[in-house]
Amino acid sequence: MSSEEAFVSIRGLLFSRGDRLIFDHLDLDIPRGKITAIMGPSGTGKTTLLRLIGGQLLPDSGTIKVDGHNVPTLKRAQLFELRKQTMGMLFQSGALFTDLSVFDNVAFPIRVHTDLPESMIRDLVLMKLEAVGLRGARRLMPAELSGGMARRVALARTIALDPEMMLYDEPFTGLDPISLSVTVKLIKSLNDALNLTSVLVTHDIDEACSIADYVCLLSEGKVIGFDTPENLIKNGSEQVRQFMQGEPDGPVPFHFPAADISTDLFKRVT
Amino acid sequence: MAEWMTKVLAAIQQLGRFGLAKVQVLGRAGVFLLASIPWGGPGSAGMKDLIKQIYSIGVRSLSIIVVAGFFVGMVLGLQGYTILSDFGSEAALGTMVSLTLLRELGPVVTALLFAGRAGSALTAEIGLMKATEQISAMEMMGVDPLKRIITPRLWAGFIAMPILALLFSLVGIWGGAYVGINMLGVDEGAYWGNMQASVEFYDDVIKGLIKSLVFGLVVTWIAVYQGFDSMPTSEGISKATTQTVVVASLAVLGLDFVLTAIMLGSI
Repeated sequence: MSSEEAFVSIRGLLFSRGDRLIFDHLDLDIPRGKITAIMGPSGTGKTTLLRLIGGQLLPDSGTIKVDGHNVPTLKRAQLFELRKQTMGMLFQSGALFTDLSVFDNVAFPIRVHTDLPESMIRDLVLMKLEAVGLRGARRLMPAELSGGMARRVALARTIALDPEMMLYDEPFTGLDPISLSVTVKLIKSLNDALNLTSVLVTHDIDEACSIADYVCLLSEGKVIGFDTPENLIKNGSEQVRQFMQGEPDGPVPFHFPAADISTDLFKRVT
Repeated sequence: MAEWMTKVLAAIQQLGRFGLAKVQVLGRAGVFLLASIPWGGPGSAGMKDLIKQIYSIGVRSLSIIVVAGFFVGMVLGLQGYTILSDFGSEAALGTMVSLTLLRELGPVVTALLFAGRAGSALTAEIGLMKATEQISAMEMMGVDPLKRIITPRLWAGFIAMPILALLFSLVGIWGGAYVGINMLGVDEGAYWGNMQASVEFYDDVIKGLIKSLVFGLVVTWIAVYQGFDSMPTSEGISKATTQTVVVASLAVLGLDFVLTAIMLGSI
């Protein structure tokens, strides 16, 4: 893929926490206008990758270009401007402001970043809430919402400023089947209607494959597969297929590395 | 190398690491304060946010400050009368009560109560905002959480503390008067007259206010920093809240000595 097509372009990303290397010279291109699902075993740093793209974490080295801007080298004010103009992030918990109503939560970014009159803000907020099907819930407080509703309100708040890219952190976790299919449909329809670039971090292979244009599989700090979902399932390496088909044992072992079981069990404990 | 030598070296190393860690925290907290004091910046808070914070940390601390002030004043009246009457100078009760309150007890006790009432609430509020990713969400919206959340709280503490301390002293002087005049029979004219004659506006009232301004800044700084720097877990928030009360109280008592010494010209 040429770099013009890539909305996010990561080169030589090195990131560690303490002594543990999370990303080992990771290269990744996220195509513009598409939904890319980032998947991989727990602890591979999928959410960390989102936070690195959003500039909330700094890499040890490497470049992370978002729409041509190298995020780690931006000054604080430039970073906030880039986030305001370009990015929206949906957090796993929704991260609604608990002291504000649903309406005020969605209105928050508009009020902070624009000088629009209150009547126009009202129209905008109602349109965004309509898009997620919660116009009728505008007077509720976050504590009165179910998990699925809270996430949809958060989605309305995230699209309030019409970002170019949406980052979704585990959007399908802990939802009932109805909320789940609603969220899947919403992500797809928003991406198409607003011509967004979406990055989806998730474990839910079926849901992700149903809407993602591309799937990126991460393991041990590297990309082990990047392709359309169909191609990955068909033609991926053994490790990729193990993950995509959810097999308990394979190249990714079921057992955490340990000493031989017989020596371990019959060892004299002093 | 002898074993005892290794142990001594390890102990020195540990001491060094401890010292470095503390200096690092102090440095981070300093940078945090400098970045939070000025208004303005991406998504900065406005006058409405400041007023809301003054209400929540200042006005809502009024009841504890007023009640505590009255009791402290009453105790001062009682104790002061007992001591002064031994020398036949109960007429100086007003002087004693007012000077003690304006110079010391007003600013110090208010700051301690403020740390317990408003400081702990600030830490828990900000810590919970962090744990529920509200602060991260704000950052990703292009809003600087330092300017939006910290700045108005810091200024609210700075503005509220001297007013609360002044009210504490005022109510305390009434408490002293109530016990002295109504219960113990001190002459009313002597109580108020002696007080008026001996309390100096600059030396007593203003210097007391300067103390409470410093305490306001320090207590609120510690509270918001502890919240912002807390581990985003229930244990982390509970630890940060305790730290706020302990560190802020010790800082107030330590600073009180330093400020008093400077004001009396002893240092």
